[in-house]
Amino acid sequence: MPEQADQNGQLAHNSAPPGLSLRHVGKRFGSFEAISNLSLEVPEGEFAVFLGPSGCGKSTLLRMVAGLEAPNGGEIHLGGRRIDSLPPGDRGVAMVFQHYALYPHMTVRQNMEFGLRNIGTQATEIARRVADAAEMLEIGTLLERKPAQLSGGQRQRVAIGRAIVKEPRIFLFDEPLSNLDAALRARTRVELARLHQRMRATMVFVTHDQVEAMTMATRIVVMNRGRIEQVGTPIEVYRRPATRFVASFIGTPAMNFLPVARLEEQAGMAVAVLANGARVATAIPAAAVPAGEVTLGIRAEDLHPGSGMAATIEVIERLGERTLVHVRLTDGATLIYDEPGDAELEIGQPVALSPDGQAAHLFDADGRACAAEAR
Amino acid sequence: MAAQGVAGVGVRSTANVLFVLPYMAVLAALLIFPLGLGLFLSFQDWDMLGGWNGSVGWENFANLFTDKIFLGTIRNTVLFVVMTVPAFVALGLFLALALNNGLRRSVVMRTIFFGSSVLSVTIVTLIWRLVYLPDRGLLADILGLVGLPSIDMVANESRALPSVAIVTVWWIIGLPMTLFLAGLQQIPAELYEAAALDNASRWRVFTSITLPSIRRTIVLVALIEVILQFQVFGQIFLITSGGPNNASRPIVQYIYEAGFRDWQLGFAAAASQVLFALMLLAALAQFWFARRREAA
Repeated sequence: MPEQADQNGQLAHNSAPPGLSLRHVGKRFGSFEAISNLSLEVPEGEFAVFLGPSGCGKSTLLRMVAGLEAPNGGEIHLGGRRIDSLPPGDRGVAMVFQHYALYPHMTVRQNMEFGLRNIGTQATEIARRVADAAEMLEIGTLLERKPAQLSGGQRQRVAIGRAIVKEPRIFLFDEPLSNLDAALRARTRVELARLHQRMRATMVFVTHDQVEAMTMATRIVVMNRGRIEQVGTPIEVYRRPATRFVASFIGTPAMNFLPVARLEEQAGMAVAVLANGARVATAIPAAAVPAGEVTLGIRAEDLHPGSGMAATIEVIERLGERTLVHVRLTDGATLIYDEPGDAELEIGQPVALSPDGQAAHLFDADGRACAAEAR
Repeated sequence: MAAQGVAGVGVRSTANVLFVLPYMAVLAALLIFPLGLGLFLSFQDWDMLGGWNGSVGWENFANLFTDKIFLGTIRNTVLFVVMTVPAFVALGLFLALALNNGLRRSVVMRTIFFGSSVLSVTIVTLIWRLVYLPDRGLLADILGLVGLPSIDMVANESRALPSVAIVTVWWIIGLPMTLFLAGLQQIPAELYEAAALDNASRWRVFTSITLPSIRRTIVLVALIEVILQFQVFGQIFLITSGGPNNASRPIVQYIYEAGFRDWQLGFAAAASQVLFALMLLAALAQFWFARRREAA
């Protein structure tokens, strides 16, 4: 079974050294419950990405760790020490803000030194740390400039540098790539992943961009409506989504969903019979599928053209290395499937599709995934 | 090259002049012409009753600078500016800092502090005459409560000017406060959050984040107030009439009396030029100071 976060429980990572630990944390804004009774362990050295749509509570969670929001309940521990009642500066956290929040009237060097000066760090130590961080981030030539004289990417690096010099127990990133253009975002993703490998520091990164989450995370924490939907490695959440929400949120294009007309059993495994009569033999034990409404989930790359369900091509999206083909089935349902980049296709052309049952998912009426056998 | 009749950025056309013409006309009629006329008048012997008696060169200015009363008005006006402008900046900023939050009581307080600004000078002076009234005024009552004797603020040479300064600050502190509030609200909240994570103390946040972020507003407030307070007249005229013994007489009152009581238009115009020069000097000094700070 995929590692699904129990809203009241711990995750199976207790053997790792203590990193960040959230225990039954809740946050309300008036009558709106932003976070409800959330528990999570982020082991030391992990790059955890909080992923979810706008308003899912991921930034609120990060800000509670930073001390910028006070939780209404629960405990937050960092490195074995309870921090939820400490002021932000005493928590051992460093944060990179969405808009960088560099002090505009200070030079890059002063920006990086500010936090260290405030805690009375020795001048030689400050100079060493700033020099090290500047070298690591290749911003040595920018130290005497002011933020207004820097490009977006350079500001980003300075913001990261300001966090690094503090040598925190944990780095918190609040959607720091959202202000960069696509090319720079891709490059910064790689640099952040490299930085994490080099520093071996615990990092928590908040984003609504699943590509950022997939490319950088050691583990992804998928959130929705103030709750954790699933915690797992990028491949786990992609291959074995715990809920229909995760299945639709992770992956481009989103997973296809088709209502199951009835279920049959074949050698102990569930066979989904669709409304159009197609039979999809899954790798999911029939016993794991509850009675009631069930939905079949299948990714674009797991739908193979050739034989099977009859459909008509409606839209063709050429992405270069692959082609996304939007089709309409005879019963009116729409699907997206994958073709090679150079596939010869025409709008209106009839195709036949057969789902790869071994890769198919079944979701119950509440949107929970029925457990598949490990593949 | 742009074709004829095509409008767009960088296309020059004489028709464009028409758009700025109304503004230029008003500017010329109401500002440039009176300014020039004032300058011209200051070199004339022009009596409102006796008419024009020819040019007198620098005589008006020479008479001004040998007139002890006029020199006293310069001293009084500069003193008044020195008393009020720092108070406007410091107190305005203090109030703005204290009331810069979304709390309902802060909104009410802001309205109250701004409220006095809409009062006319006559109302304000009336209120403060009641406060300053020897033996029976509010001030005397308060001093009486703590067992102190009543102080005559207005009729005392050394206290007359400060007492008008207090009235003035009370009257129009709303504008500096509002300007500072606007400035403070421009500072991104993220900067304060970053400072909190950077272990900055409240004082450090104030000196390293808030003050540098509103430096332009401080310059603006100081500049506006310098220009306004150099022209102080109404409240002094109504509270002390420039007395006692000219101790609170400002330049504008001197100009007013020379021009509209003694009908000496040329002489009054010359005094106006001095006031103008003083204001210009003060404004330039501030600009220079602000720019030097910014470059530093």
